[in-house]
Amino acid sequence: MSHLSDIKLKIWRQAGPDQGGRFESYLIPSISDEASFLEMLDVLNEQLINEGREAVVFDHDCREGICGTCSLMIDGQAHGPQRGTATCQLHMRKFQSGAEIVIEPWRASAFPIIKDLMVDRAAFDRIVESGGFITAETGGAPDANLIPIPKPVADASMDAAACIGCGACVAACPNGAANLFTAAKVAHLSLLPQGQPERYKRVEAMVETMDEYFGSCTNHGECEAACPKEISIDVIALMHQDYRKAKFANRKTLSRS
Amino acid sequence: MSTTTIAGLPGSEKLQSKAPNVAVPEMWETFKSDMKLVNPNNKRKFKIIVVGTGLAGASAAATLAELGYQVDAFTFHDSPRRAHSIAAQGGINAAKNYKGDGDSIHRLFYDTIKGGDFRARESNVHRLAEVSVDIIDQMVAQGVPFAREYGGLLDNRSFGGAQVSRTFYARGQTGQQLLIGAYQQMARQIGLGNVRLWNRTELVDTVTVDGRCAGIVTRDLMTGDIVSHAAHAVVLCTGGYGNVFFLSTNAMACNVTAAWRAHRRGAYFANPCYTQIHPTCIPQADDTQSKLTLMSESLRNDGRVWVPKAVGDERAPADIPEDERDYYLERLYPSFGNLAPRDISSRAAKRAVDSGRGVGPLKNGVYLDFSAAIGRLGKDVVEERYGNLFEMYERIAGEDPYSTPMRIYPASHYTMGGLWVDYELMTSIPGLYAAGEANFSDHGANRLGASALMQGLSDGYFVLPYTIGNYLAPLLNKPVPGVDHPEFKAAEAAARQRYQGYLDVKGTRSPDFFHRELGKIIWDYCGMERTEQGLEKALSELPALYEEFQKDLRVTGDGASTNQTLEKAGRVDDFFQLGMLMCRDALERKESCGGHFRAEYQDDEGEAKRDDENFAHVAAWEWTGDPMQSIRNVEPLDFTTVHLATRSYK
Repeated sequence: MSHLSDIKLKIWRQAGPDQGGRFESYLIPSISDEASFLEMLDVLNEQLINEGREAVVFDHDCREGICGTCSLMIDGQAHGPQRGTATCQLHMRKFQSGAEIVIEPWRASAFPIIKDLMVDRAAFDRIVESGGFITAETGGAPDANLIPIPKPVADASMDAAACIGCGACVAACPNGAANLFTAAKVAHLSLLPQGQPERYKRVEAMVETMDEYFGSCTNHGECEAACPKEISIDVIALMHQDYRKAKFANRKTLSRS
Repeated sequence: MSTTTIAGLPGSEKLQSKAPNVAVPEMWETFKSDMKLVNPNNKRKFKIIVVGTGLAGASAAATLAELGYQVDAFTFHDSPRRAHSIAAQGGINAAKNYKGDGDSIHRLFYDTIKGGDFRARESNVHRLAEVSVDIIDQMVAQGVPFAREYGGLLDNRSFGGAQVSRTFYARGQTGQQLLIGAYQQMARQIGLGNVRLWNRTELVDTVTVDGRCAGIVTRDLMTGDIVSHAAHAVVLCTGGYGNVFFLSTNAMACNVTAAWRAHRRGAYFANPCYTQIHPTCIPQADDTQSKLTLMSESLRNDGRVWVPKAVGDERAPADIPEDERDYYLERLYPSFGNLAPRDISSRAAKRAVDSGRGVGPLKNGVYLDFSAAIGRLGKDVVEERYGNLFEMYERIAGEDPYSTPMRIYPASHYTMGGLWVDYELMTSIPGLYAAGEANFSDHGANRLGASALMQGLSDGYFVLPYTIGNYLAPLLNKPVPGVDHPEFKAAEAAARQRYQGYLDVKGTRSPDFFHRELGKIIWDYCGMERTEQGLEKALSELPALYEEFQKDLRVTGDGASTNQTLEKAGRVDDFFQLGMLMCRDALERKESCGGHFRAEYQDDEGEAKRDDENFAHVAAWEWTGDPMQSIRNVEPLDFTTVHLATRSYK
């Protein structure tokens, strides 16, 4: 274990949703290289409270890279410099003494700032509420082994389902698009046999809800590079394919009824 | 029969489990046949508040809404999907017997009772084993991508404390996948308008009017607004209190506040000293550490636990020859080996480290070694099974577990104690329910791996939706107190005063400072090993530290916008009071059982010595206004289906 010294932080401070913000500079004189990035912010907050100043507000919870609560643009990169790693799993051993680190909240108009580094990602929940589920009310399910699911299919579904809903894809996208998030949710369910009955209804509803809040995808691929779970951009192609089919399939279903 | 009162045990008449008076395996069917029902068209006349959106909360909110009740769901997170259930890694148990290896409902029931060291209620545990099979069916129908065999059928693995393979899993992210499943089902109900979601909203009090739970008071974490919510019934699915230790595997925001506020309003708090210390966590690396990370117990399927035989052996693990290693779990517990239950494995690790044979830079861990498994199965198979856990380990510890053994050490992980509930999951306040980790009911003194997810979903999907109707049916068309009732107004005023109070202390120390100090006392004296002397020391130090907290706390910022320091202050305040109760409960329970190990009560080989004569009961504490003066009530535990036996894993 060794220590890093003189870490200079430039952090976005903003008192509330409708207030102006600014960068403020802070100094961390010494920090263990075993400390996580968020533990470094804990140390800063402890320092600020000792000085009688208000602590920096930031979202975080499990600190195991699974809940998706943490965020932060670190030196302009969503979740910082380490690939496939959420901010809470980033450790100070990835930085050097004397480093200047710029910390900002997620940058996306669909994620308004609540305070300092905390943003409101409720638009993601709205997308799921519009169709990101399989209708299977409690009690009526058949035996779990009734429908075999080939292992590669279950694995592909799981790859998409690994999304933690953190919003890095949106923050990294120059257009503020949520295609990777939405497509991951769509792929998780539409790859499974259980997801077939609502497949086209689901994709249409989710894509259209997404469009109400987020920008459009122009295939930059920044989302895949920023994703802490390394979800493949291929899911977006699947979503587009299903959405196109849905436009025909759903119209046909409508005309029948 | 579980409603009997045993003469001479204090308070036992107050604690009736209300389980049907039939043989244990028939209780749940009997209950369902006899319970009162609410007509489908009348369900919409009832409003139910569900606090917490983890597995128990999300599944309860979704199912209650499907049934037709009006549901208001509350979470302090930004999204319901963040709840800490998401961090569970290894799996979920169910008595499906898909492997044909002799599993059955009775065996899962027996393993859970035995795993809990005969300190859980038979009636509740049997029901849990019964509905476990429905959970898997339900989750598969909802699109949970469980691991599959090549033929397309579900795969299973084994877990600590069981000799069958009954654990279903989704890579190392089972909790995440189950929570997303339950969350999606709740999201559907939100979209349909049947569930109203209140996010970034924290419960700060429960309200009782004329002996019934009338609703809750909440604080909006973005604006500080204190608001009342009235309902016919309230369900607390607010998790456990493991963060009382400061360092634990719980998420940073996990807290006892909801359960504690209900306790202060009259709900009994049961067995607070039953806490689980998980054997496989990454050891603490430095002083700034804010939490510990669990490495799933499933790793013990293929990993071998060892320490050097010699004290002070400084060699790298690869340089220590086979015959100079002590595979102590395999040596001490040959029939369960590395899969010995959590409490037993944790204590064995503590003894290895305390004997000076700890490994790593701080000598605070033991090895979990995969070289044999990699040799036997190949790296690809090991990666397939545990890849994401290995990656997580490497990110945190900076070492590659494929080439050098992991270092692990026990840490606080789960709390078996919680709000006392009866067979219907109702607390001692009529109309107030507790489900999931927040209640005490199913795990006795020790929880087996892969059983927490099972219990959360069992309570939320398959128990509460039935039992709550039994309470609501007689209340049809009867008026309930509204939020303008004086009790609500008084609770709101008290909450405002409480939070303003933290801001007004203007002392010199942050809430985290006090939390760390509190955690240290609890870990040292009420952690893996407890003694009368140590607990008495803790009980003399805690009130003094609590007084300092009240006089010297410093909360910067204000109460009218997001203020995480203020949120933390309220949570630490409640942890202090709970900590005192935990130590008192541990002191009064003069036996060793499961996670509660009193050093005075052990046999010659250092195994826990239970005292069934005097302690085969639940201790349910009653609030009196002072956590040092709470009253200990007792619910006797009758064992009619399994026989009390010394728990042996040798």
